[in-house]
Amino acid sequence: MSGPPIPGLGAKARRVGALIRKESRQVVRDPSSFAIGVVLPLMLILLFGYAMSLDVKNVPIAVVLEDPSSQAAEIAASFQLSPYFQTRVTRSMTDAQALMLSGQVEGIVRVPQDFARRAAQGDAAVQVLVNGIDGNTARIVEAYAEAAVAQSGARVAAEGQDAGSAGGQATVESQLWFNSANDSRYFLVPGLIVLIITLIGAFMTSMVVAREWERGTFEALFVTPVRTDEILLGKVVPYFVLGMGGLLLCMGAAKFLFDVPIRGSIPILLGVSMLYLLVSVATGLLISSSLKSQFLASQVTLVVTFMPALMLSGFLYDLHSVPLAIKLVSYLVPARYFVSLLQTLFLAGDVWSVILPNAAILAVVAIVMLALTRRATRKTLG
Amino acid sequence: MAVAAASGPVIRGSGLHKRFRTQAKDFVQALDDVSFEVAPGTLTALVGPDGAGKTTLIRLMAGLMRADEGQLEVLGIDAAADPQAIQDRIGYMPQRFGLYDDLSVQENLDLYADMHGVSAADRRVRYPQLMEMTALGPFTGRLAGKLSGGMKQKLGLACALVRAPDLLLLDEPTVGVDPLSRRELWGIIDRLVREDGVPVLLSTSYLDEAARCEHVVVLHAGKVLSEGPPSKVSALAEGRTFTIAPGKGEAPRQTQARLLDEPDLVDAAPEAGQVRVVTRGGAAGGLASFDPAPTPARFEDGFMVLLDRSAEPSGPNAGSAADMKLDHPPAGAQGEVVVEVTELVKRFGDFIAVDRVSFQVRRGEIFGLLGPNGAGKTTTFRMLCGLSNPTGGDLRIAGADLSRSPAAARQKIGYVAQKFSLYAQLSVTENLDFFASAYGLHGARRRQRIDWAMAQFDLGPVAGQLGGQLPGGYKQRLATAAALLHEPDILFLDEATSGADPLARREFWRRITALAGQGVTVIVTTHFMVEAEYCDRIAILDSGHVLAEGAPAEIRAKAVTAANPHPTMEDAFIAVIEAARAPAPQERAA
Repeated sequence: MSGPPIPGLGAKARRVGALIRKESRQVVRDPSSFAIGVVLPLMLILLFGYAMSLDVKNVPIAVVLEDPSSQAAEIAASFQLSPYFQTRVTRSMTDAQALMLSGQVEGIVRVPQDFARRAAQGDAAVQVLVNGIDGNTARIVEAYAEAAVAQSGARVAAEGQDAGSAGGQATVESQLWFNSANDSRYFLVPGLIVLIITLIGAFMTSMVVAREWERGTFEALFVTPVRTDEILLGKVVPYFVLGMGGLLLCMGAAKFLFDVPIRGSIPILLGVSMLYLLVSVATGLLISSSLKSQFLASQVTLVVTFMPALMLSGFLYDLHSVPLAIKLVSYLVPARYFVSLLQTLFLAGDVWSVILPNAAILAVVAIVMLALTRRATRKTLG
Repeated sequence: MAVAAASGPVIRGSGLHKRFRTQAKDFVQALDDVSFEVAPGTLTALVGPDGAGKTTLIRLMAGLMRADEGQLEVLGIDAAADPQAIQDRIGYMPQRFGLYDDLSVQENLDLYADMHGVSAADRRVRYPQLMEMTALGPFTGRLAGKLSGGMKQKLGLACALVRAPDLLLLDEPTVGVDPLSRRELWGIIDRLVREDGVPVLLSTSYLDEAARCEHVVVLHAGKVLSEGPPSKVSALAEGRTFTIAPGKGEAPRQTQARLLDEPDLVDAAPEAGQVRVVTRGGAAGGLASFDPAPTPARFEDGFMVLLDRSAEPSGPNAGSAADMKLDHPPAGAQGEVVVEVTELVKRFGDFIAVDRVSFQVRRGEIFGLLGPNGAGKTTTFRMLCGLSNPTGGDLRIAGADLSRSPAAARQKIGYVAQKFSLYAQLSVTENLDFFASAYGLHGARRRQRIDWAMAQFDLGPVAGQLGGQLPGGYKQRLATAAALLHEPDILFLDEATSGADPLARREFWRRITALAGQGVTVIVTTHFMVEAEYCDRIAILDSGHVLAEGAPAEIRAKAVTAANPHPTMEDAFIAVIEAARAPAPQERAA
């Protein structure tokens, strides 16, 4: 009745299938893997997508219109129409100051009485008072006010020489300038994909293999016909699938929630994401198989994969402007290549000169990591 | 069914060595030149105290480790060269079962059936058999993590048996299991060997279990002390085993304590109201005054002779255990009630874990709380120690109401936990130091108490060693010493001897007896029914109720039948539980 088990692929496939089923059930039932695999990615999406934007929008300001001229009114209107500000127009500086002190506005733009007269002479100026606590907002309000004034001055100048001819150009220039400041989501969302894939791929797998060691479940599993590669496949597949789920969630969020364009082709985007996911899963497995302790493995994984993906991948900090030493270190971070790929595929398109070398590097790293993991996982205890 | 060549042995080990690194340059020799054989179709026991090398040897056989030196063949396969070929054919249950807690009973079984490539047709035959064998049928949907200890053990066994293996290896299958579940497990194992012809090798520290096997390998400190049928071991004590009636007005344990001072004695233990002794040299010469009656030797007796022969001179010193002296024995009259439990209730949601339990314990008594897994022992114990609040009822400890003045009551309590709960990374002195400050001792008194503990428990030789690296017996001593630093009136021992070496257990009980003699009240839980014999009174709990309470002799009397006129404590325990469960027949009667 017994004897050696059914030889060949059938038995092997059945064992892998059983291990995958087992692992999936554990993910679903274990609140901590549910938290890391589903809740945390969702939180990251919402956090990065809504709360942590580097943009300025709807900043409350007061515009003090001391000059009743139409040119001054035009400047006030440009603030009122801008999506970046919520503008209140007052007639006196005292009112505006009261609003500022009570915290109802973040800045004051004062159009002085002699604005129109001085503009005609070419040296018009507005006074900008900004709450300096938030330096970022302060700079943007300041820049916008400057631009609005310059634009209005340019138009007046142009109108003076050649009525209604050159005004449009000046407008276009300043629009571009502001848009680029408001685009941080375009960079954050691709970066988010890197973080989430790293989290699911590396962080979760680093816990689940160590857990089997800690709970002693491997000991019984090892003394069955199961082979090492089957155990590894049983670990890789479920978390790979989960990671792909996270990826699709992010891509959906990017497209429909945050209106980030996807200019490259979707199959290539999916393909390179799979490569990076494989790198992450293999790294997590390697750490887990080598350390055999959930706590240690999760800490090491955090330091080796998640932190570099956050800080050294070019996602938050531009790698062009970091010191050379750090730039050199960043070449060791697989996330770096994935960030380049994602930014290119999302914002530029299928630029093969970027895609091919980066994807090749990821593929090589994935193969090396899997090979190392295979070597580190043995059906032996101590 | 066994495919192994019927002619050769199933397992053959010769000259096996295995050592492990403990610290940078320290090694522990787990196996030291071990050679043994297991014949086809037999039940073999690997017996030895904690740390003897049993688990290491079983892991070598399962192909999970490689020996440093020596040859090991399992089912004719070289374990070092092709462990996978062995793993394809054997069943193995590790000490920690290897069950997935977050999978149900059925899912665990399915997983192992898939691993072993059991076909759907075979499953239809096998599953009902396994369910019948383990009585797990009604619980297939329950998560393995929610099963009781005994049920987990049976599920682990079922997983190892999803297809009839050519060899079954079980690592301490009955440790921490109550006598009832233990008997059921043994029923399963016996049937496997006798009816299905599956060779089984199991490790155990229960000597009575070794006695029921056909072949026994006695392992001690990594060496084989004896190999052969159990009768070979018991023969060593033949003609040297006697029973002695306790002195007038003495509990058997008190007589036993006196007997242990006799120089020519290998062992003395209370049993069935008498004291069983094994002498070192033939006749009971020096014991004439005790009026010894010869009795047939058992495996345990021979085992003690074996250990006695191999004991190093620097081993546990029984003499000092007997001389244990408290600096300040608890004040108050011997016999005054110190623990009073009245109508104690503990509920967890709808579940009543402890249902109106009442008992009293007097000063200087040793009181045993016995019961199967899940009977409510641990819950009761936790409430007594102030670790958990009762839902109802009264609890008075040394005159203090535990719910009103928990701190005052706790100051009077010492607690020795089931698992080694001291700091493994601290040395012996550092551990004592820490516990002294935790109990609020300082200055001269603290130094004096630590000196006392070091002297009374012979901890001097290991003072600098890390707690986690102490040999089992020393760990026990350290844990007990720490619990006594603040000179408590009452000592709680929660399965404190689980898995301990028989010599260490004797010595442990010797100290406990000495402490009780000086007025310390002791409350114990244990799965070793032989240890219940040390108690003055015991209470047997099941499903939260006290089923029986009284002196060991009174409890034993409940199980006297025509067929069994002299029941052991284990017989009595099973009889009491089964009588209480009888009206509602349970699935667990295997």
